[in-house]
Amino acid sequence: MIHTTIGDMGHLFVIISFVAALISIFNFYKAEKSPIPEVQKGWMKNGQITYLIHGAAVFGIVISLFTIISNHYYEYFYAWSHSSRALPVEYIISSFWEGQEGSFLLWLFWNVLLGFVILLTNKKWAPSVMMSFAVVQAFLSSMILGVVIGDFKIGSSPFILLRDAMDAPIFNVNPDYVPEDGTGLNPLLQNYWMVIHPPVLFLGYATTLIPFAYAIGGLWKKDFKGWVRPALPWALFSAAILGVGILMGGYWAYETLNFEGFWNWDPVENASLVPWLVLVASIHTMITYKKSETALKASIILVLSVFLMVLYATFMVRSGVLGESSVHSFTDLGLSGQLLIYLLSFLIISIVLAAVRWKHIPSTEKEVSTYSREFWIFMGATLLCLMGFQILLPTSIPVYNSLIQSFGGISNLAPPADQVEFYTKWQMWFAIGLAILSGTGQFFWWQKMKKSEVKDSLLMPILVTLLISAIIIVTGGMTNIAYIIMVVASIYTIVANAKIFFKIVKSNYKLSGGAIAHMGLGLMLLGILFSSAYSRTISLNETGLLLTNSEEVEDNFNQENIPLFINDPQTMGEYTLTYKGRFFETYDGGYVKASYLNDTDDENSKVIKRKIQRDGETLNTGDTLKVYGANHYYKVDYLHADGEKFSLFPRAQINADMGGLISSPDIRRKFSKDLYTHVSSVPDPTQEIEWSEAKTMEVTFGEKFFLNDFVTVLEDVKRVDEIDGEKLKGNDLAVKATVKVYGDGQDYILNPYYLIRDNMAGKIPDENREIGVKLNIESIQPESNTFTLSIQTTQKDYIILKAIEKPLINLLWIGTLVLTFGFGMAIFRRYSEFYKMKRKGLE
Amino acid sequence: MKKSYIFGIIVIAAAIMMIVSTAGDASSYVTFKDAHDMAVEGNDNKIHVVGQLKKNTAGEIVGLHPSDDKLSFTFLMVDENGMEQEVFYNEPMPADFKRSEQVVVIGGFQQGMFVADKILMKCPSKYQEETVI
Repeated sequence: MIHTTIGDMGHLFVIISFVAALISIFNFYKAEKSPIPEVQKGWMKNGQITYLIHGAAVFGIVISLFTIISNHYYEYFYAWSHSSRALPVEYIISSFWEGQEGSFLLWLFWNVLLGFVILLTNKKWAPSVMMSFAVVQAFLSSMILGVVIGDFKIGSSPFILLRDAMDAPIFNVNPDYVPEDGTGLNPLLQNYWMVIHPPVLFLGYATTLIPFAYAIGGLWKKDFKGWVRPALPWALFSAAILGVGILMGGYWAYETLNFEGFWNWDPVENASLVPWLVLVASIHTMITYKKSETALKASIILVLSVFLMVLYATFMVRSGVLGESSVHSFTDLGLSGQLLIYLLSFLIISIVLAAVRWKHIPSTEKEVSTYSREFWIFMGATLLCLMGFQILLPTSIPVYNSLIQSFGGISNLAPPADQVEFYTKWQMWFAIGLAILSGTGQFFWWQKMKKSEVKDSLLMPILVTLLISAIIIVTGGMTNIAYIIMVVASIYTIVANAKIFFKIVKSNYKLSGGAIAHMGLGLMLLGILFSSAYSRTISLNETGLLLTNSEEVEDNFNQENIPLFINDPQTMGEYTLTYKGRFFETYDGGYVKASYLNDTDDENSKVIKRKIQRDGETLNTGDTLKVYGANHYYKVDYLHADGEKFSLFPRAQINADMGGLISSPDIRRKFSKDLYTHVSSVPDPTQEIEWSEAKTMEVTFGEKFFLNDFVTVLEDVKRVDEIDGEKLKGNDLAVKATVKVYGDGQDYILNPYYLIRDNMAGKIPDENREIGVKLNIESIQPESNTFTLSIQTTQKDYIILKAIEKPLINLLWIGTLVLTFGFGMAIFRRYSEFYKMKRKGLE
Repeated sequence: MKKSYIFGIIVIAAAIMMIVSTAGDASSYVTFKDAHDMAVEGNDNKIHVVGQLKKNTAGEIVGLHPSDDKLSFTFLMVDENGMEQEVFYNEPMPADFKRSEQVVVIGGFQQGMFVADKILMKCPSKYQEETVI
């Protein structure tokens, strides 16, 4: 049974939203252009109605798609390819935006809400701003239209049925075929950060439209100055949200991916960072303008650029142009042409409008003094733009290649081989410059300084800075000059801004947002510097095993992984590590050893193999236990030289649909450093084990023998009347052997059964993957009281592990929070300014 | 000469420096033959080679040898010109390595063996490979 109605509804909503957006453009245009207030009101009313219809349609699309995903309608391609039955509710939500169509939808959704806010809060600017909104919404709706005219495809619909999306033979036989289950959500995305990071990031992207729309409106109406006041609080809000969104992504990467950091200079990451840098620069020029009527042209250019950068980022990430250079760009949906039109339309509109109005934009002709605050702020804004430019250049290499090739040339440029080093050598000095400027600039901002005063007011912060830096440099044993300068500059911006902060708080705490944000920046820079420049791999392989059989390769490789065998302690620097086996996480928290559980058809339900004592409860044989079956945890006990003990549970996920094994770290957080651990390689727990040839041996009670190098003893053999919870029938006779294996630091019990039914012998083996043993009772010799056991062995369980120390990474997270808090203060202040003017009827 | 002009010149100079530096540091996609020639000439710049894992007629990957301690491995890769080359990678085998339809290795030749510092994999998009039944 195929539920076609809901998809048809969804598709209809998409078309309605697209058409309503188009009509809204016209209505808002007329509203802006009408000279007579009465007529303007009428057009505005129309505009509001059509935009409301558009908004309702977008909500309709969201609800339809959500219904399809949450009801597991796998006849729909989107649901089938992004979700599965086993997903918990929160990941059902994130599967909604795993695909491109869903993330476009998220963007549409935020824009609808923001448009409503603009309509409610602003009278004077609403028509022109809403017109930009309607244009953007029309473009975004067109991306999910899914209309095909001949060979020409407009948009990619999330409501395509599976049978239309793929050419599987089953559909010729049975067009109404519905798959039992979906292919699931990429296991890497099954993380709570991925439930909140995309919405936050897209809210950040969506909000960049607001300052842009105000600036365009200002140019259009020839009100070149008025747009700054309403745009500024939105720009601040956007910077705060986008910044938090980007860092959430970084934090997710740190917790989930195993590239051992929070930032990988991946094109997709860069594409989100560049707009943020330019956005922060534009905030600075807007603030300058509000203070002293300078930098208006710069503000206009920057504000327009931010949104254009967002569009450029969208194009890069979604058109498939990044193909080889990015790990996680979207697959190409054939929308590249559409995305390019979207980008170019706004680029041309912006350039033309700015060029036509350029002569009329007021600007000051007075020379800026080096001792003026405008000069310092402008320097800072310039530096931010240069940072963005430097990141954008190499990120755009694939675009450049495509461009050359589309004109018939040949271009085989690849991104720099060592990205981290390449970006660092530039960005580090930029960051030092930013820190120095944001410390000094604030002084000029809050006190009009003459040459003579500069020395007096900066002397104290500089002395304090040098004192603190000296302590840090000496205790940290820092020798690298660039890093030392970085530390001094970061401390300087914290100290200088702290001084400013204490001065302002006394008079008017509402003005302290800037000082707080800059302190946050200083903390972040310190955190970034120490956690990346001073991160240490501590899992150096000292086992001396041969690396490679090849004579040709120099063997001076530094091996940064260590092999750990089950229960076999290994020294690693100041730690002793012991691998304690593979575990599952249960629904009620806590971990249970995988070898105590038997699989069922459902990967999230396991059956208890033998009695387990857990804190306060007993799990009996045959009970069902709910676990997160996709996640395999590898328990590693750490013992530090000073006696500190703890366990880490790095995770691996095996998902055949997505290809292989994906490992995620576990992190031991301390105040001054993180210990970051992940498995690099593990035996695949979902694979059948290859057992050795069976060997038989004859044993008797209490006799010790060797089993896969472990001392083993046959403890007893008892007659039983049930096997694995199942009662025996009729004349059946069964015995259970208890075999104890003395593992290192842990004993294992194996219980093979021997069953006699109707003069036939049945053997039920027992196995344990950890020690790599499978045991069968081959035969029983009652006269000599011995048993013949057949033994199969395999490789003992092991993991390959990597561990890294990351000092002071907490400063980065704390700094982010401080920065965001500073933005919050500033938003509050600027919005109240706008609100006061609005109350006077001026907006 | 106004300050803003000086300022503008400095900014433009910085931008030009960045462009030059990017062009200089940009690696390039080459074939194993080019990479080998570069190494012979003593040019030890890191380069990208795009190719595929060598497969036999049955479609099984051949020439994949993890080291004894599983901490490194070598494999055979065929570049876009069909040239075959053994590549050494001093890290445990990446998870979805065997499934990758295209591999990009970044590194250079050392004594006749291509040593990869980094491996990028392009895995088949899950829409192409799979079918519902």
